[in-house]
Amino acid sequence: MSEADKQFNIHDYLREYLFPHFLCPGCGHGIALRALLWAIDELDIDKDRLAFVSGIGCSGRLGAYIDANTFHVTHGRPLAFATGLKLARPDLEVIVITGDGDCLAIGGNHLIHACRRNLNITCMMLNNEVYGMTGGQVSPTTSDDRFTTTTPYGNHEPVFDACALAEAAGAGLVGREITLQTPSLKDVLKQGLAHPGFSFIEVMSDCTEVFGRKNDLGSSAEMVLTQKASVRPDFLENAVDQPFRPHQIKTGILASNDRPEYAESYRNHIDAMKRDHGHA
Amino acid sequence: MPDSAPSETVSLQGNHACALGALAAGCRFFAGYPITPSSEIAERMSVELPRVDGVFIQMEDEIASMGAILGASMGGMKAMTATSGPGFSLKQENLGYAAGAEIPCVIANVMRGGPSTGLPTRPAQADVMQARWGTHGDHPIVVITPDSVPEIYMQTIRAFNLSEQLRVPVVMLYDEALGHLIEQVRVSDGGDIEIANRKWAADPGPEFSPYAAGEDLIPEMVRPGDGFRTHTTGLTHAENGFPTQDPDVVEQYMHRILDKLEIHKGLIESYETIDTNDADYLVVAFGITARAARRAIKQAHEQGIRVGMFRPITLWPFPVEAFESIIDGKRGVLVAEMNAGQLITEIERYRPAECRIEGLNRIDGETITPRQILNRIQELADRE
Ligand SMILES: Cc1ncc(C[n+]2csc(CCOP(=O)(O)OP(=O)(O)O)c2C)c(N)n1
Ligand code: SF4
Ligand SMILES: [Mg+2]
Repeated sequence: MSEADKQFNIHDYLREYLFPHFLCPGCGHGIALRALLWAIDELDIDKDRLAFVSGIGCSGRLGAYIDANTFHVTHGRPLAFATGLKLARPDLEVIVITGDGDCLAIGGNHLIHACRRNLNITCMMLNNEVYGMTGGQVSPTTSDDRFTTTTPYGNHEPVFDACALAEAAGAGLVGREITLQTPSLKDVLKQGLAHPGFSFIEVMSDCTEVFGRKNDLGSSAEMVLTQKASVRPDFLENAVDQPFRPHQIKTGILASNDRPEYAESYRNHIDAMKRDHGHA
Repeated sequence: MPDSAPSETVSLQGNHACALGALAAGCRFFAGYPITPSSEIAERMSVELPRVDGVFIQMEDEIASMGAILGASMGGMKAMTATSGPGFSLKQENLGYAAGAEIPCVIANVMRGGPSTGLPTRPAQADVMQARWGTHGDHPIVVITPDSVPEIYMQTIRAFNLSEQLRVPVVMLYDEALGHLIEQVRVSDGGDIEIANRKWAADPGPEFSPYAAGEDLIPEMVRPGDGFRTHTTGLTHAENGFPTQDPDVVEQYMHRILDKLEIHKGLIESYETIDTNDADYLVVAFGITARAARRAIKQAHEQGIRVGMFRPITLWPFPVEAFESIIDGKRGVLVAEMNAGQLITEIERYRPAECRIEGLNRIDGETITPRQILNRIQELADRE
């Protein structure tokens, strides 16, 4: 089949025998998965070489639906598991799917160290501002005054800007996109997958059923349109992770560097050691 | 392995013997986080693994270390981590994941005094129960307690063999005193030791089920990249690997992961007995304490007291049948352990009528001495 004939067909990548899937109607997570599989399709990565590692949460459940090597591990630890898997098997394309709670709260330590090491893993974090799976508790990205089941009087905690965090910790590539702009999201993910170091991609998702309902944000369509109105790809100042606020959400590739990739530098060090000490 | 090829006898610290045993068993991945008194295992691995094209990584904490070895193991490498009390606590959730998803791995826990930060540089044997029940839920686990440096070496090899064959996490449990003890060890060149490997599934046909097992109850493992494209999860799963809440399937799964140790107990169980046949009394001890017991028993024999020793090498699953046949007819049993009384709760389960069971416990960060054990043996005998 020539390149031109090849059309992305999501059904080629799903374990549809597991359907109906568990996502609520209108959940942004499904769109993010579509964009990820689309990016993989355009990069023509062999399914047998694909390894998805996901944590616990609605986001973490996505892995099971992908027709690839899928690992659904413990809450917050997918990056730790992925680090071992990738070091043992550099031939695999290792992709982590995680949520704002999984990645920034319980797994925050692993995130900053994964960024620092710069091992060639792509991490897609689905930020819906909430703990969707456990019924809608506050998360490290829940914005000001939002109601959740554990902020009954409105949230007063400051948020993490996950991309700024990842950039500061040294991630090889950092990007962000909203789900409504699916082709752009696909492109950002594609760049993340193609980057030789650690890539951190934040997807502004929407939890219609729990977070949207609790905060009167309207239907899923209304939620993503509110997000869209906040997107200013050209605006790079003072942006924060508050997707449903009239703030500017920075999108696109926000940072990249060419720091040495972890596995490669490890190998180089060992080769040098063997040369120096005659251990070849 | 050290640079030299042939088997040779070398002076080794217990922790280094653990590292070299792991390498001899084929371990090629180590992830850890420094903690006294286990750090020498990581340090030795950081020297040796790069020489054999293995991977050593110091992670950001023990949770990450445990996660990383499971990732490496699922990638196809034999993998281990090492830690002590506080770090062992942190590893528990992912250790349960290994038990539930049946991922081979070895965890060394070099025991120090607890609770909490406790006595970082002092020995204890107070993780008997944490090693068995530290993670939540009913789960299979194998725990091995060597009592000498050569035994640490040999049993670490066996820990890998069992873990790979049975798809179960195996804990090497010994105390600080053994970890830092230096003894002569015959380090193998590879020719004279048995190495067992996991069973790899060969055919990713359409009907393939990653958690379907034959009579041995051990499913074959799949290597990512071999065309299987299976799912691994800590959720309770059906034979196809996907989560289920069907009570029948859940029960079948639970029975299989628990029963697999039961049906393979002949392979797992290991223990040492000394003069148990015509003894009136029995000392039960493991690890460093068993060394003191051995000497005390000799001295008791000189005084005409008929006492033997039972030393579990596999602490969990406890060698029940062997122990029951040995305790039968004994008048008294002394359980000596460096904790406030943990193994004794297991021993009491097998107490025959008319048998007195007493504990000798030490919780001050010091090892139990032969003198202490001898005194208690004498008391036991005098009380009759
Ligand atoms: C150790 C542990 N703590 C808590 C939980 C309960 N838990 C499950 S999912 C979740 C939060 C998920 O939130 P997020 O990562 O944002 O994912 P989402 O569901 O929003 O996609 C929590 C706290 C757990 N499974 N394990
Ligand atoms: S609870 Fe929220 S995050 Fe989870 S599937 Fe439903 S909409 Fe999506
Ligand atoms: Mg969330």
